[in-house]
Amino acid sequence: MYHHSEFDRAFVVDRAQRFRDQVNRRISGALTEEEFRPLRLMNGVYLQLHAYMLRIAIPYGSISPDQMRRLAHIADRWDKGYGHFTTRQNIQFNWPKLVDIPDMLDSLAEVGMHAIQTSGNTIRNVTADHFSGAAADEIADPRPYAELIRQWSTDHPEFQFLPRKFKIAVSGSPNDRAVVKSHDIGLRMIRQDGEIGFEVSVGGGLGRTPLVGKVVRDFLPVRDLLPYLEAILSAYNSVGRRDNKYKARLKIAVQELGIEHIRELVEARFAEIRPLFDGSDQEVLERISQQFAAPALQDDRSTADYDAARDADPVFRSWADTNLHEHRHPDYAIVTVSLKKHGATPGDATSEQMRVLADLAEKYGIGDLRISHEQNVVLPYVHRADLAALHAALREADLATANIGLISDIIACPGLDYCALATARSIPIAQQIAERFDELKLEHEIGEMKIKISGCINACGHHHVGHIGILGLDRAGVENYQVTLGGDGTETMAVGERAGPGFSKDEIIPAIERLVQGYLAVREDASETFLQAYRRLGPDPFKAALYPAEQKAA
Amino acid sequence: MARKFEPVVISANDLFDGRVIYLTGQNEWVSHLRQAELITDEEQAKHRMAHAMALSDRAVGVFLAPARAGENGPEPGHPREAFRANGPSNYFHGKQAEDA
Ligand code: HEM
Ligand code: SF4
Repeated sequence: MYHHSEFDRAFVVDRAQRFRDQVNRRISGALTEEEFRPLRLMNGVYLQLHAYMLRIAIPYGSISPDQMRRLAHIADRWDKGYGHFTTRQNIQFNWPKLVDIPDMLDSLAEVGMHAIQTSGNTIRNVTADHFSGAAADEIADPRPYAELIRQWSTDHPEFQFLPRKFKIAVSGSPNDRAVVKSHDIGLRMIRQDGEIGFEVSVGGGLGRTPLVGKVVRDFLPVRDLLPYLEAILSAYNSVGRRDNKYKARLKIAVQELGIEHIRELVEARFAEIRPLFDGSDQEVLERISQQFAAPALQDDRSTADYDAARDADPVFRSWADTNLHEHRHPDYAIVTVSLKKHGATPGDATSEQMRVLADLAEKYGIGDLRISHEQNVVLPYVHRADLAALHAALREADLATANIGLISDIIACPGLDYCALATARSIPIAQQIAERFDELKLEHEIGEMKIKISGCINACGHHHVGHIGILGLDRAGVENYQVTLGGDGTETMAVGERAGPGFSKDEIIPAIERLVQGYLAVREDASETFLQAYRRLGPDPFKAALYPAEQKAA
Repeated sequence: MARKFEPVVISANDLFDGRVIYLTGQNEWVSHLRQAELITDEEQAKHRMAHAMALSDRAVGVFLAPARAGENGPEPGHPREAFRANGPSNYFHGKQAEDA
């Protein structure tokens, strides 16, 4: 776990102080809203439907128990007792008062947290695989690199006024759990001739123009990371369009100019920039890496209790089957705690639940917690001998839902219930789908299934990369939901295809039910996932399930 | 041909707490949509907007929100306005809770 340096601390405290002054000047009338708005956005403060919203960064999803407790404290003291974890490994508070936000930022600064660069046309929170450092399939821990990028990009004078926001994600495993190809820069660690480096892709993104990132460099040695990123940003700064907000992202430049052209620009810049790096970045990386040194794990405990609990308790077994992931140490497991209880708001945790998670991470998880881009919480280091006790404690806190990767583990953006940009609601659709399939008791039968819902084309809910994507639209003042099929947010990333006309809010749940029943009817056997079946058969059988009436009429 | 003007109210968010507020015919910012001034004429809307912008530095993001005449005053003219007037649907928070 990374501990902030004195420099980091002073910086964050200073930023909070400056924001306090800015708020005071706004309230006294010395600043107009026009002057103030960019300043508040620079500090993660939006104005949404019902209130302000504060977006706090959780760099690469990594959070300590004390930080988690601090979020709980903030939720209780200045908000409504809960927080919303997002796909960008941030947490959002939906109800702060402007006058309280400086106190909230001070409180965060005490535990090394902040809201800097969670908004604005700058390099946003760097995201990474939520299983980093623990996953069995990992080539290298991506967190030291993500932290290096965070330090380099925070307040970097050249990158505060980019043409548009800029997102970077890092994955250390061949299995991509960070959706790297939907980012402006996606870094995937690979090993080549024994050396570790990155496959670098650029120009990915969701939003109104969903595009899969293209590989700009097959293999980038670790020592070239920062100069190469700087070269990409510099090239983007020169070619990124500033005349049209909708065409300003790097993805549009890659699409319009072509990846070869972008590669030439980047490599030319890289040749200029490389000599300017004197190696001090590698010293910083070295220091950071030491902080992420693998924790000492216990080799002398029996895991017999785990096997016994599995045999004795079907509830535990079901949870273990879905919510555990293979650890690099055979006696340990990676635990994903679902924030998707059937009928609950995806990604929300109450302050009480945050405290329980912090305590459990200390008791059973060597004090390490992660927030996943799928809006769940991960305990990456739990000994198998502790799993039954952990599960019992999670049950008491209403946190033991056994649905990771299943149909009710839905990503949903805040939608029209909170978001000023929304065109339809997302949360109630997610709630109803989860409840419906819980009633049908089909969830485990269906197996791996990613449903993702966004309340507008900005695609915060990642609907383009959902096996089933749902996009909420406004049709003459009525909520309407469009379905996309075959999206994939992993190393085989694909953008889903639109299935046909949208559904009203009363039609969408039955439509999803028909679609899923249609899949169950056509799959080869229980091991063929929805996505595999879709790839084998193409869209027709799925469209037929979604639109049975049209089929008959034809 | 000019489009028919749909009725509106003047709305904004409160600077201090972000709460949704509406402008009354007496130039006061209030919490409840039903107390707002319903404007049915385009010229009047322009005139009242100009006034509202000048009126208060506590109102952020002043805009014309679609509304309809109802039995007890204006009602939301768009789903978004219904959420702004009542609160979210997943929790009993926002205006609906303030009123309870
Ligand atoms: C309620 C407050 C929110 C606002 C106002 C907001 C605003 C936006 C906007 C304007 C975009 C489009 C950017 C573009 O043109 O590329 C966007 C994209 C995005 N947002 Fe949000 N968002 C909100 C909440 C969230 C939440 C809760 C999540 C996670 C669940 C999230 C994650 C994302 C992601 C992943 C994208 C896609 C960006 C891309 O790759 O193009 N946002 N957001
Ligand atoms: S997808 Fe649209 S509605 Fe949903 S959070 Fe993003 S901007 Fe808001």
